[in-house]
Amino acid sequence: MAALPQGANVWGGLAVLFDTPAKRVAAIAVVLAAMIVAPLLLGPYATVILTNALLYVVLALGLNIVVGYAGLLDLGFAAFFAVGAYTVGITTLHFGLNFWLALPLAIVFAIIAGVVIGTPTLRLRSDYLAIVTLGFGEIVRLSARNLRETGGASGLTGIDSPWLFGWHIETPLDFYYVFCGLAIIGVVASARLANSRLGRAWLYVRHDEDAAEAMGIDRVRVKLAAYIVGAIYGAVGGAFFAANLGAISPESFSFQQSVLILMAVILGGMGKIPGVVLGAFIVILAPELLRDVGDLRLLIFAVGLLLVMLFRPSGIWPTGGRK
Amino acid sequence: MTLLDVKGVSLSFAGSKVLQNVDFAVPAGAIVSLIGPNGAGKTSLFNSITGFYKPQQGSIKVGGVETMRMKPHQVTRLGIARTFQNVRLFREMSVLENVMSGMHCRTSAGVVDAVLRLPGQRREEAAIHAFSAECLRFVGIEDGWHRDAGTLAYGWQRRVEIARALATQPRLLLLDEPAAGLTAGEKQELIGLIGRIRDERGISVLLIEHDTGLVMRISERISVLDHGVMIAEGTVREIQTNPRVIEAYLGVEEGEAELAG
Amino acid sequence: MTLFDIFTHQLVNGIVLGSFYALVALGYTMVFGVVKLLNFAHGDLYMVGGFAGFLILSFLAPFLGAGWLGVAVSMLFAMLAVGFLGVVIERVAYAPMLSAPRLSILITALAVSLVLQNAVLALTKGQYQPFGAQFGFGGVNLGTLFISYNQMVLVATAGVLMLGLELFVSRTQYGRAMRAISVDKDMCRLMGINVNAVIAVTFFLGSALAAAAGTMAGAYYGSLWYFMGFLIGLKAFTAAVIGGIGSIPGAMLGGLILGLLESFGTQLPGVGSGWKDVFSFSVLILVLVFKPTGLLGKPEQERM
Repeated sequence: MAALPQGANVWGGLAVLFDTPAKRVAAIAVVLAAMIVAPLLLGPYATVILTNALLYVVLALGLNIVVGYAGLLDLGFAAFFAVGAYTVGITTLHFGLNFWLALPLAIVFAIIAGVVIGTPTLRLRSDYLAIVTLGFGEIVRLSARNLRETGGASGLTGIDSPWLFGWHIETPLDFYYVFCGLAIIGVVASARLANSRLGRAWLYVRHDEDAAEAMGIDRVRVKLAAYIVGAIYGAVGGAFFAANLGAISPESFSFQQSVLILMAVILGGMGKIPGVVLGAFIVILAPELLRDVGDLRLLIFAVGLLLVMLFRPSGIWPTGGRK
Repeated sequence: MTLLDVKGVSLSFAGSKVLQNVDFAVPAGAIVSLIGPNGAGKTSLFNSITGFYKPQQGSIKVGGVETMRMKPHQVTRLGIARTFQNVRLFREMSVLENVMSGMHCRTSAGVVDAVLRLPGQRREEAAIHAFSAECLRFVGIEDGWHRDAGTLAYGWQRRVEIARALATQPRLLLLDEPAAGLTAGEKQELIGLIGRIRDERGISVLLIEHDTGLVMRISERISVLDHGVMIAEGTVREIQTNPRVIEAYLGVEEGEAELAG
Repeated sequence: MTLFDIFTHQLVNGIVLGSFYALVALGYTMVFGVVKLLNFAHGDLYMVGGFAGFLILSFLAPFLGAGWLGVAVSMLFAMLAVGFLGVVIERVAYAPMLSAPRLSILITALAVSLVLQNAVLALTKGQYQPFGAQFGFGGVNLGTLFISYNQMVLVATAGVLMLGLELFVSRTQYGRAMRAISVDKDMCRLMGINVNAVIAVTFFLGSALAAAAGTMAGAYYGSLWYFMGFLIGLKAFTAAVIGGIGSIPGAMLGGLILGLLESFGTQLPGVGSGWKDVFSFSVLILVLVFKPTGLLGKPEQERM
């Protein structure tokens, strides 16, 4: 065999860090050690911020599958985040469900929502899709605002924190480690998908729909798969978000939220896992570092986004060279 | 046995008739050419056969199965592969990845298989890789598989496109002007390749081609399309001497000269 | 109130609302026609137009008053300013991207929208800004139906602007070039049409109309907000799609239809004001899914 297939270039040049088993073990050990030690060194406030950043890593990885892999612009990604959070909120509060039963339910609802909105719309022109997803996102938020079951504008409070095999996941530090786990699962799943039959199909359809179809690829089905996988990431993020905060309200799932997640994907470098992780950290950490700028925060991001699109569409993360 | 059977196909765009009541067939195991002046509707016929255009009338059968209402990917699954007139590779993906795309419709691993790396998925990936490699070698590409397809020389891009089509494991391969832009040496190799595709793989070949010399050398049967109408069908000999074809081609004398190859 | 009163009342509301939608929808549809770009920032140009009108009015009010005259003159200046802003945006952000993948252009347009929104957010600290127009409360009573002079002037102004645009597009050289470019841009280049100039004129006109709508809406509803362009941008896009994107009469028709749908829709049982936008977005999604070419649009070109 000539060489292993390179698959999508998702590691953005980082692949050299783990191309042999020894390097791989070392790289994983370093990352894990850093993750475990960070909150102990940085203190409780930083732990909360890092937890938030890791939540964004999960969400951005999900949106990256839709935007970065399949090339579909989704402007209502927060809707799936909301589906996950509200499913957990409603089923645990109103129906007394255990979190671990509510979580798969959240995933099922996200899949249903993905199919319902995706099936008719994924055959549309890409700019129409962007608008439809935007509209869908707003419909979900407004529904959450107006329905009694979702607690209206004030949302839901008193969502219980979950237990895992006798471990009560309760303190910020507990949740930090839970989100570390989620982010790792998210990264591994993203990388494996990118290097799979489906992951390649996303790229084929993204590069040339007609040629992809001539090769026997059902473009609508393949896009739907991307949309649904993204939805699952969103819902899982939302479920743990609800469990972590114990309270959710419609404004956590606004258009601005969708935009922020999209910025994480694009600023770092869409399609590249380290880029997306970097983007998520930038979006969450920058406001902490730029505390004084207040209202200018979003303006700085917006200008940054525009500059990236005009001068470096591949994102901040360096483009990994192909041999 | 007839592999592809086109009957009474008519296609029009916004009132202009592109194909008019076209009858056309490709026997299993044959190499058939479709010729005709520019704008005769040859590529439109290709697009109709492969499901990209939806003719208003007629019937298109592949191995006895009606494909007129099928989407392009369904037609491909049924065993028809194609190349494009203006080479449409996935330019920013590697040569190997391009060819692997052909295997998509012959494999089935989904999200769960990929995320969990189930044994079936690993076997399938290995099979995709092995068969794609075989297709690349078959068209004579031995190395440079990890280069971006868009960086290859034109003649090599054409080969990758053929390898990609072969990876769909077709019964019938449609080549849209495969010799366009090739050097004389490359054309010679193309003739050899088309022969091997039929002889070694048992795949029928239908080609649109303007290089009449090449057409006369490799075709077993030739069909001639002019202004959306099928004006002649027959062996090389019959076509070369058919007065209607000669007239349609270039005017009488020049036509005779060109068709003589 | 009888059912008939409710009907006529909502009819007037719908027409007023529809005029705003139509003015903004025109910009979407014109820009889409010539550059096949969905200008996400268009709704924000409406918002910027509102603020520009307000700023200009606060300069002019001492001389012209803050009544109809002052507002009308402010509106004209706001149209001019925002028209140029539209041209600058096209030159700086869109022109370099027109050959890039569609995804990149869409994200760029979104970025422009966010820059405008957040720039105004930063300047206004996210507060509502009272517009400060001083209109009378007069009007005409038709039985139980009251139509204010403001509503009449507003609808008439929108009508005049649209008529002007229609004349421009059908009678002038630029208008004809605009239509030609929407059919085949490359051919127009070969024919020696200055495509860039035509694109600039298109952005100017589209943005100016949005600014006109923004100023009028600010004066009519009385306040401005940095996020006001978001909703109307979405709705005007809906209107443009209902009418058939790329079609100028379609945008006017679509705006009117959406305005009426919305004002009557909120009267339906169960569709309170809280559900008004859900109703509009549902209409948007249904139209896009079932009739993406709209009422007056041409069907998409065949693929390949």
